Amino acid sequence: MTSGAASPRAAARARGYLRAVGAVLWKDLAAELRSRELLSGMLVFALLVILIFNFALELDLATRQTVTSGVLWVTFAFAGTLGLNRSMAVERDRGCLDGLLLAPVDRSALYFGKALGNLAFMLIVEAIVLPAYSILYSVNLFHPGLVGVVLLGSIGYAAVGTLLASMAVQARTRDVLLPILLFPVVLPVLISAVKATNAVLLGLEAAELWPWLNLLIAYDVIFTAAAFMLFDYVVEE
Amino acid sequence: MQPMPRALKALSWISGALFAVALFMTLFYAPREAVMGDVQRVFYFHVAAGWVGAVAFLVAAVAGAVFLIRGDRRWDAVGLASVEIGIAFTLANVISGSVWARPIWNTWWTWDPRLVTASVMELVYIAYLLLRQGIEDPDRRARFGSVYAIVGFLSVPLTFLSIRIFRTIHPVVVGNNDPTAQGAFDMTPPMLQTFLFSLLTFSVLYATLLWHRVRMQSLAETVEQLKMKLLSA
Repeated sequence: MTSGAASPRAAARARGYLRAVGAVLWKDLAAELRSRELLSGMLVFALLVILIFNFALELDLATRQTVTSGVLWVTFAFAGTLGLNRSMAVERDRGCLDGLLLAPVDRSALYFGKALGNLAFMLIVEAIVLPAYSILYSVNLFHPGLVGVVLLGSIGYAAVGTLLASMAVQARTRDVLLPILLFPVVLPVLISAVKATNAVLLGLEAAELWPWLNLLIAYDVIFTAAAFMLFDYVVEE
Repeated sequence: MQPMPRALKALSWISGALFAVALFMTLFYAPREAVMGDVQRVFYFHVAAGWVGAVAFLVAAVAGAVFLIRGDRRWDAVGLASVEIGIAFTLANVISGSVWARPIWNTWWTWDPRLVTASVMELVYIAYLLLRQGIEDPDRRARFGSVYAIVGFLSVPLTFLSIRIFRTIHPVVVGNNDPTAQGAFDMTPPMLQTFLFSLLTFSVLYATLLWHRVRMQSLAETVEQLKMKLLSA
């Protein structure tokens, strides 16, 4: 009986929660649409990293087959820290975070809004870098499986990255701190994403691919849950 | 100033004595391993140090969780102390492993899952110290430290798994052994006794160091408060 009475209220609460998440996400996307400073920075940086790899690794035809997945994920990881730092620093510098915290919504809604925004920026950058890499090095990257791997890897990266970036921007040494905090923790994502991408690109059988995908899924679930529980303590004043 | 508690003083002496006995057992009591020779004696302290490192990081994560729930800063002191001790012991574990690996694997370092996991773990907790260093507000420092201790500890097993999917050459002395591991051996009873005794010694040593470090933290805070009082007076 109680559950029957509570369920419309619970549904309303869930709708309110999702609206709060959507509002934070929309705010980030709209601000980015107007300024384009974050995405353009990430994109130019990503292309520069690929350019540097070209000369550092002598990406000839034989090398390309084996190192493409590694080059791509290193690029995404580096460009990702740039975006994460910027997206949280903006909130911090102009006192926007305090405004957000005053809103009468669950704090985890702020987390999910920011994380989804960061995920969106990463996916946009990846959606531009992948075809660009494809054209520059004539490697065919148009595999449907790759979309799944990139999505799973980016989710894990954004989930942990958003949590750690919101700590890093509150520290005195924030610009140096984020990669130092993030990379050792996000290592499992990078390793399995590189391996899974490799398996997709080389057309290996499913048995070679699934262990990595499982690991990525496990990581995404564990760290989204952990960040959901811990975010409150990070923004508490 | 509060004098050192009696129990702590006793514990310090006990761990000193245990350590002397463990050293004796390792060097003289345990027999010389037939294939590897004396270098195998590294094993007793190597595994014990690795054990303390892992336990210390687990304690730090648990202390972090308790601090976040209860908000009592003493738990944060326990977490910080445990991380510092864990870093020292993990380093001892990695270095002693290298000393052993040089003659046995013919290299100081190899990208084996356990080696990589130990070094990544070390980096996670060095990052933990850097994070704390960058934050002035003591309350926020404690909160962030606790959050990162939990996140870091969650990631370590996944790092291990992700590298484990590659093949490993590290021997598994305790539990069933992989025949492809290089440098494996079976323990004779005196070896097993020495091994268990080192584990005990290192565990007691860990508890002693933890207590000392937590006490030092509270003394440092007392000094800080006295300084403030003096300046405001």
